[in-house]
Amino acid sequence: MSICNSYLVPGSIQDATAILVTYGLDARIIAGGTDLLLEIQQGGVPKPAVLVDITRIDECKQIQIRGERLFIGSVVPLSDIGTSLLVFQHARALHEAVLLIGGPQVRNMATLGGNVAHSLPAADGSVALSCLDAQVEIASKSGLSCIPLEDIFKSPGENTLMPDQFITGFYVPLGSQGTTSGFKRVMRPQGVALPILNMAIWLQRVDEVIADVHVAVGPAGISPFRVRPVENYLTGRQKTINDMRIAIDVLIENTKFRTSKYRATREYRSHLAENLFLDLIDLCWNRVKE
Amino acid sequence: MHSSLLKFMVNNEPVEVEIVPGEMLVDVLRKKLKLTGTKVGCNEAECGACTVIVDGKPILSCSYPAEKVSGRSVITIEGLAHNGKLHPLQQEFAIKGAVQCGFCIPGQIMTAYALLQETPKPSQNAIRTALKDTLCRCGGYPSIEKAIRSALNDDTLPATIDDIPAQSRFEHRIIGKNFQRPDATAKVTGAAIYTDDLTFPGMLFGGTKRAMVAHGILKRINLDSAKCIPGVRAILTAVDIPGDHYHGLVVNDWPVLVGIGERIRYEGDAIALVAAESPDILQEALNSISLEIDELPAITDPKISMGCPNLHPNGNLLKHIKVKKGDIEKGFEEADLIFEDTFKTVSTDHAFIEPECSIARLAADGRMEIYVGSQIPYADRNQVAKALGWGDDRVRIIGMLIGGGFGGKEDITGQIHAALLTYYTRLPVKILYTRHESLLVHPKRHATQIKIKLGSTSAGKLVAMQTELYGDTGAYASLGEKVMTRATTHSSGPYEAENVKADCYAVYTNNPPAGAFRGFGVTQSTFAIETMMDVLAEKISVDPIHLRKMNALKVGSVTNTGQTLTESVGLLECLDKVEHELKHLGESKPFIGKNVAEQPFLRSAWGIAAAYKNTGLGGGAPDKAGAEIELLLEGVFEVRTSSAEIGQGLVTVLQMIASEELGFSLEHIRVLLSDTDLTPDGGPTTASRQTYVTGNAVRHAAGQLRNALLGWIAEIYDVSPGEIHFVEGLVQVGKQLIPLKDIAREISATDILPKVQYEYWAPKTLPLGNGGDMHFAYSYAVQAAQVQVDIRYGIVTVKKVISALDVGSIINPLGLNGQIEGGVMMGLGNALLENFITENGHIITDRLAKYRIPSIIHTPEIISHIIEHPTAEGPYGAKGVGEIVSIPTTPAITNAIYNAVGVRIRQLPVDQEYIALEIKKRGT
Repeated sequence: MSICNSYLVPGSIQDATAILVTYGLDARIIAGGTDLLLEIQQGGVPKPAVLVDITRIDECKQIQIRGERLFIGSVVPLSDIGTSLLVFQHARALHEAVLLIGGPQVRNMATLGGNVAHSLPAADGSVALSCLDAQVEIASKSGLSCIPLEDIFKSPGENTLMPDQFITGFYVPLGSQGTTSGFKRVMRPQGVALPILNMAIWLQRVDEVIADVHVAVGPAGISPFRVRPVENYLTGRQKTINDMRIAIDVLIENTKFRTSKYRATREYRSHLAENLFLDLIDLCWNRVKE
Repeated sequence: MHSSLLKFMVNNEPVEVEIVPGEMLVDVLRKKLKLTGTKVGCNEAECGACTVIVDGKPILSCSYPAEKVSGRSVITIEGLAHNGKLHPLQQEFAIKGAVQCGFCIPGQIMTAYALLQETPKPSQNAIRTALKDTLCRCGGYPSIEKAIRSALNDDTLPATIDDIPAQSRFEHRIIGKNFQRPDATAKVTGAAIYTDDLTFPGMLFGGTKRAMVAHGILKRINLDSAKCIPGVRAILTAVDIPGDHYHGLVVNDWPVLVGIGERIRYEGDAIALVAAESPDILQEALNSISLEIDELPAITDPKISMGCPNLHPNGNLLKHIKVKKGDIEKGFEEADLIFEDTFKTVSTDHAFIEPECSIARLAADGRMEIYVGSQIPYADRNQVAKALGWGDDRVRIIGMLIGGGFGGKEDITGQIHAALLTYYTRLPVKILYTRHESLLVHPKRHATQIKIKLGSTSAGKLVAMQTELYGDTGAYASLGEKVMTRATTHSSGPYEAENVKADCYAVYTNNPPAGAFRGFGVTQSTFAIETMMDVLAEKISVDPIHLRKMNALKVGSVTNTGQTLTESVGLLECLDKVEHELKHLGESKPFIGKNVAEQPFLRSAWGIAAAYKNTGLGGGAPDKAGAEIELLLEGVFEVRTSSAEIGQGLVTVLQMIASEELGFSLEHIRVLLSDTDLTPDGGPTTASRQTYVTGNAVRHAAGQLRNALLGWIAEIYDVSPGEIHFVEGLVQVGKQLIPLKDIAREISATDILPKVQYEYWAPKTLPLGNGGDMHFAYSYAVQAAQVQVDIRYGIVTVKKVISALDVGSIINPLGLNGQIEGGVMMGLGNALLENFITENGHIITDRLAKYRIPSIIHTPEIISHIIEHPTAEGPYGAKGVGEIVSIPTTPAITNAIYNAVGVRIRQLPVDQEYIALEIKKRGT
């Protein structure tokens, strides 16, 4: 089945933005295409006039340290992110998340840029990036700029990018002594291949104290949800059983879990959140010592 | 839209090919470069069949724009063998029996190939991770893993299954020994041709406009805009059908096309047909047809349906099926203990990896030829002929390789529609279903509600068993009455009780039709009764194996339908085997839950279940198969029958039987199947009957041909038959050794056609309600499953399955092993994964992404035992195996879950949320 009238493969960011400016709303960015192509083929997204394949733009294919931050190009295949030592060292939650997305063949095509641009609140890559305080680098006709990750989400399935914009990569702070992160999710074996719940935690441990912590969870709202009250509560505390009990109460109280048909009830999601949280805090707490 | 020139490397050769924008790589490979080894199973990046390698990485070519390979290097399955020498992976897949229907195999091998390029010595975990999303519905994952390991020459990895398939305890020259399937090499090289791999000059692309409304009256079909689309060659509606408007395997209640003013009974109902010059034009035309339908409330619950307006002229009750033995009231009066419960099973889909495809074309003599992978070619012929208003002899069904069936390729799908389009256009027409259409249209497994009431003595002897079943047969009868009859007669399990009563209501609804599916109703009722047996065992504190032994059918037992079992009842021995194997594994209290070492959140236990399943049609249906064998001039015996090879290994079985009887080795025997012009009717490939019924036909034909051959040779050489011997493919006459080819020539010179045809009639059976033999044989099985349950999340993992089967006798251990692996995997899918969801008649699970089937990561270690209790009339004692092996797996797993965490599963598939919240509720 024909999926577009024209398929263009620009070799640079400038060429790509020029195409986007020329075609405006008739153009759509495609990277791995693992979500978009299916949506076009199955009629969920109208057939675009022009598909702009950005996977041959070198600037978007890098994983490198830039100053105090790690840059991960938007079109690096997830399988390459999964085997990157830099990502493993500085963004462990992302490393774990990308290896759970799709199957091996899909991971050879799918990209982090696509995962985020698709704007689903429980996308594994997005939830991991959220706990890492990631910034999104965006190209437009006026050049490159950075925005916080959460600003990319407009509504489930819809991002805030303008027609002349596309994601070129992501920045996450470099890891340091005492910091680590982790990602976990729960799926169900039947039906749609979407997680019932996933969670990512970034943690800074100083001796027996949680010096700082980020907790991201999805789906709970329109984007990966950072549970700030839990982060605030835990910061500066020791990891006692009582502190964890209270943290869980704060987590459940402040997170809007929904019931979604065929996937999970709100009750089950809350139950999972509690257990995933304990699991991940333990994981990160011990991982810092590794 | 303009085409452009794409340059890339395929299998190390540069190619240049014209493509249109956004064309997928798989279409370029299959249609433009004619590399049809790469298969399309789902076209939605879920099944992995289309996997090819791009610059060393496996990708899914169905979802990969061809533009992406510009300047890159692509390796397909056709690129692995060099100078006729198979790649080690190809070789090992063939030898280890990893190839069954073969449709997923190119994808499996390419995925494995990519893994080995990157990781020369992958761990078991790495193999499973790499193959996670390359699905095999034949379920041959243990053999696939084994094949990859032996391609590596790596024995250090742990074995996941007994490396030597079961050995027969009977001595035969050929029967009971391992033989590779003759099509294995073609299937591992991509040379094997399935229906969609065929094209004909001038071929059009046909498709079907579906109602997409579950219930209503069709008011109007607007074809105006579709007619104006250039490249549309025919549009047909019900008024264009020259012959019968209805088809069906048992009841002719299924409209070929729903006409104006007629009733739409499910979303998949066909309304109009289109033939177009390309798939794109076809899609555009189908989209531009609009329908006006007076929608009616959908009837979706079989219990409610019986009181609703009629969906069919004779009402909504397809059949009330009754089983009665003894006096049920008296039985309950005598019982010390009575308890009852209700169970629910859901609809499931066969999800064979090859979607349905039919090609019709007119032969030079004006007859209609249909190329299709069908489980019942002669029924296809009859149904196509009727719709055309022709005699059967004007239609020829040419069976192609079948990429999995499991009962789902018994009913008509595109065969009649393709024929109608060819009838009008006079051109070949291919109708290929997308996965979406396959899920929408073909009959499913019956969703069934089962109420059971058991009465037993305090010691556990069953005295009264009462069941009530409601089977949702959906919009059309298909094989619904037969399936639900099997569900009913097997609903008290493989046990003997004095007093039995069963009532089943097979009811029409507006859900998709339900029909044959491996297990044929017995899958559903076994889940219910085997759960109840464990409930009883717990109530009276008796070991579940002991309880089953106490009540098990044995020689001399009278079944609930009044049949006295006179032979071949290996159930007790199956129970012994499993019990022994559990002890052997060091499990002193296998059915008591325990914590898993160093995994504080995991609980583990075993569960057990038993089952029996008829071989053959039974119930008074004449069960016969025709086969013929001819010695061809080239010195090869050709065995012919219309029976279907759906991956189960029938070709090998027939080849072996012919070889055994004729006295010539397998390379002198070839098997031709499923051509209604060339092969006698072998009957339907259903009810685990082919080895027995067609196997017997071939056995008799081969025996007769051997005797005839001896006679002819004796006459030609003027010797006594006693002086003739068959030695290693040669005929020894006195001291002379003569090639078979020369014998064939000499016989034909005498004007004798060296051919024997035999029609085998299986032993007569009686209809339900008459007592006596309802079936001529039963197979028996006992399985134990070990599960681990995560008490936080409710997630269930099956670690091990012990399987003990009484299959009469072993014909081909390699093929048998494939059936065991696949059966266990299908039973596991039925327990944990599969749920074909409809909501108010609307199909929710309309993509493979929404309908999950087991993958290699779900594969437990399978420990297999075969018990051989031969049945006198079966070929060499053999009974059916295809279904029985899949039946006890589900309740073995659900019983294990109860034993591990105390949560009783009454509804399938297992819901991890239910388990987690039940555990939480109890605070355990």
